[in-house]
Amino acid sequence: MKCRELADFLNDYVSNELPEESRAHFEFHISKCRNCREYMVQYEVVIKAGKIACGEMSDEMPAMPEELIKAVLATRQKI
Amino acid sequence: MASATPVDDEASLVAQLRAGDELAFEQVVRSYGGRLLAVARRIVGSEEDARDVVQDAFLNAFRSLDRFEGNAKLSTWLHRIVVNAALMKLRTRKRKPEQSIETLLPSFLDDGHHEERFKSWDEPVDKLMERAENRELVRKQIDALPEGYRTVLVLRDIEGLDTEEAANVLGLSVNATKIRLHRARQALRTLLAPHFRSDVS
Repeated sequence: MKCRELADFLNDYVSNELPEESRAHFEFHISKCRNCREYMVQYEVVIKAGKIACGEMSDEMPAMPEELIKAVLATRQKI
Repeated sequence: MASATPVDDEASLVAQLRAGDELAFEQVVRSYGGRLLAVARRIVGSEEDARDVVQDAFLNAFRSLDRFEGNAKLSTWLHRIVVNAALMKLRTRKRKPEQSIETLLPSFLDDGHHEERFKSWDEPVDKLMERAENRELVRKQIDALPEGYRTVLVLRDIEGLDTEEAANVLGLSVNATKIRLHRARQALRTLLAPHFRSDVS
């Protein structure tokens, strides 16, 4: 397995969907190749970072535009 | 832009909403609206559609206040209503032409090796994400992903839809959805790398 193929299989590998044989090739390559190991670590960081930064419990607190607040409250009064 | 003020006492806010208190409705919209708008924008892409989504969602939420269970968090409940409204919007929308993502994907030499030597990110993800500026940066870079890729990443990795659900909402095959998610993550890695490399911070 080359680095190129390893990059293609990364998605399946991290979600545990890689068939056993490919998995063995994948793990053999990654045990020998520092660059691919680094790439995989970063790929996994990216998945978790997105969840932390934008998930439901994130600290994102931008203000709501004033005209949209008014529009929402105006439609509510028609309920 | 100014930040919204957080809500200290959700339980009494909910009681006021149920009593039909106008000021309580305004407080909810002010406190949660901005973040919900960002959630909607990240899924549907355009500001105009995101505003429609948020407006529909608030209306829907205010109509069904009696279905809100006291032991859930109001913010969680509103978040779900907004995500559902955004998914509805995606389903009914015509697909836009795809933007290219090629320049953000890794490139390879003829012998199959990566062209780039990846410099390590010396901090683990929890450490990186402890800093507000990094959380902000991640949000900014996700928002900068090409439309069709950003949406898949948000639905799968952030909102937690499974591949079938996401494929269904987007009108894509399961396989196309997987490929797109993979490319979106790779592109996001490329966008974050210059900021997270150990030699920059």
